[in-house]
Amino acid sequence: MTYVGIIITFVFINNFILAQFMGLCPFIGVSKNVESAVGMGFAVTFVMSIAALATWAIQNFILVPLNIEFLQTITFILMIAALVQFVEMFIQKSSPSLYKALGIYLPLITTNCAVLGIALIAVRSDYNALESFVAGISAGLGFLLAIVLMSAIREKLDSEWVPEPLKGTPIAFITGGLMALAFMAFDKALLNNLIG
Amino acid sequence: MINRVIYAFLSVGILGGALGLALAYAAKIFAVKKDERVGALEEILPGVNCGACGYPGCSGYAEAIVMEDAEMTLCSPGGAAVAAKIGEIMGAEVNVSSEKMVAQIMCRGTRETSKTKFEYDGIQDCNALHSSFGGDKVCPYGCLGLGSCIDVCPVDAIAKTEAGYLEIDRDKCISCGKCIDVCPTGVIKMIPYNARHIVACNSTDKGGVVRKYCSVGCIGCKMCEKKSPEGGFKVENFLAAIDYSAEGSRAEAVEVCPAKCIIDLDVVE
Repeated sequence: MTYVGIIITFVFINNFILAQFMGLCPFIGVSKNVESAVGMGFAVTFVMSIAALATWAIQNFILVPLNIEFLQTITFILMIAALVQFVEMFIQKSSPSLYKALGIYLPLITTNCAVLGIALIAVRSDYNALESFVAGISAGLGFLLAIVLMSAIREKLDSEWVPEPLKGTPIAFITGGLMALAFMAFDKALLNNLIG
Repeated sequence: MINRVIYAFLSVGILGGALGLALAYAAKIFAVKKDERVGALEEILPGVNCGACGYPGCSGYAEAIVMEDAEMTLCSPGGAAVAAKIGEIMGAEVNVSSEKMVAQIMCRGTRETSKTKFEYDGIQDCNALHSSFGGDKVCPYGCLGLGSCIDVCPVDAIAKTEAGYLEIDRDKCISCGKCIDVCPTGVIKMIPYNARHIVACNSTDKGGVVRKYCSVGCIGCKMCEKKSPEGGFKVENFLAAIDYSAEGSRAEAVEVCPAKCIIDLDVVE
């Protein structure tokens, strides 16, 4: 698959949140305002892209040569956890306010299935190093797109009348569902039309 | 076979070790200087993380004091002693005049003493019960007894007695106010720690109405006002209340109350 194909696939067609339903925890948790959503989106994008690259290296330089692919999950998680720790330190140093806004959701990227998801999907699709990296970035950008759209909608919703029982998280879930429906419009056929 | 085991062990071990070292190095580069006072404050705060101060846990409050100039007297579990220590660390005078308050449930009505409208068989949670017709008790003011307050109490100060009503242990209560927030009927109130007596009723219905649905409810007969004139009793809206600043005797009122809803907390039943 071409690089354009990978980008379109992971940003739109297989959008991690709205089509694959992975990484929903920060999608609901950190989407209350655009600013922290953007911060979260870039943090996840960074972790996903580096994780995809690093896990490709682990897979091809350690696991396959030693014939111990069964350690995929544990080594990938180890790598991801270390990356997230690093990102956490970096954000705490560079932007304490963003660090505070992200709160518990930042260390929770460790257990975000979207990150492990992109690592495993890249390995299963037999991508090479650059393809894995591009897939990681695009999946992260897809996450960023979804969470920023969501947070913008939720900011508007704050000033709109919402029935009492639906206020807060319930209306966010409904919004998310409608967004997922809209993303169903992107499918493989579209990709074929675009890049033949 | 044994090779794979060794490889697995070594690869995960080495990978983990390398990542650990890298992180340790990164931690040095990205070290954030923490204000020493935050750590010192965390030490002296009670550490129950009750949230009564309005910040997420004791460490959140410690940070807020240092970074955001939060009030130093917000820690109700710690009370005056902790506030004074906070003042010492921050180098500021702290005026602590307020008396220690504890929560009490102003109702001793069980399903035996109080009539019910219907049989409730739903989720065992006061707010769930309250959302169906205001609870199964005919009395809309009293304790529903399912113990949502027991669940939120951070120090296990609330317990169900054998008789079936809930009771708050004032020696355990840290006045965080969580039970008051969760209670749907508002039957839990703050009273001074030193107070010996409570009027265990929250109903403002007329006496005749109360008597029909509850045998331990205040009927607003004003006997307490008459028998213990110095005790600070005051009947308003058919419900007796105690002004705890009055220091006169209240024993006569306990004796005379026809519904036996004036409770002496020091008397163990």
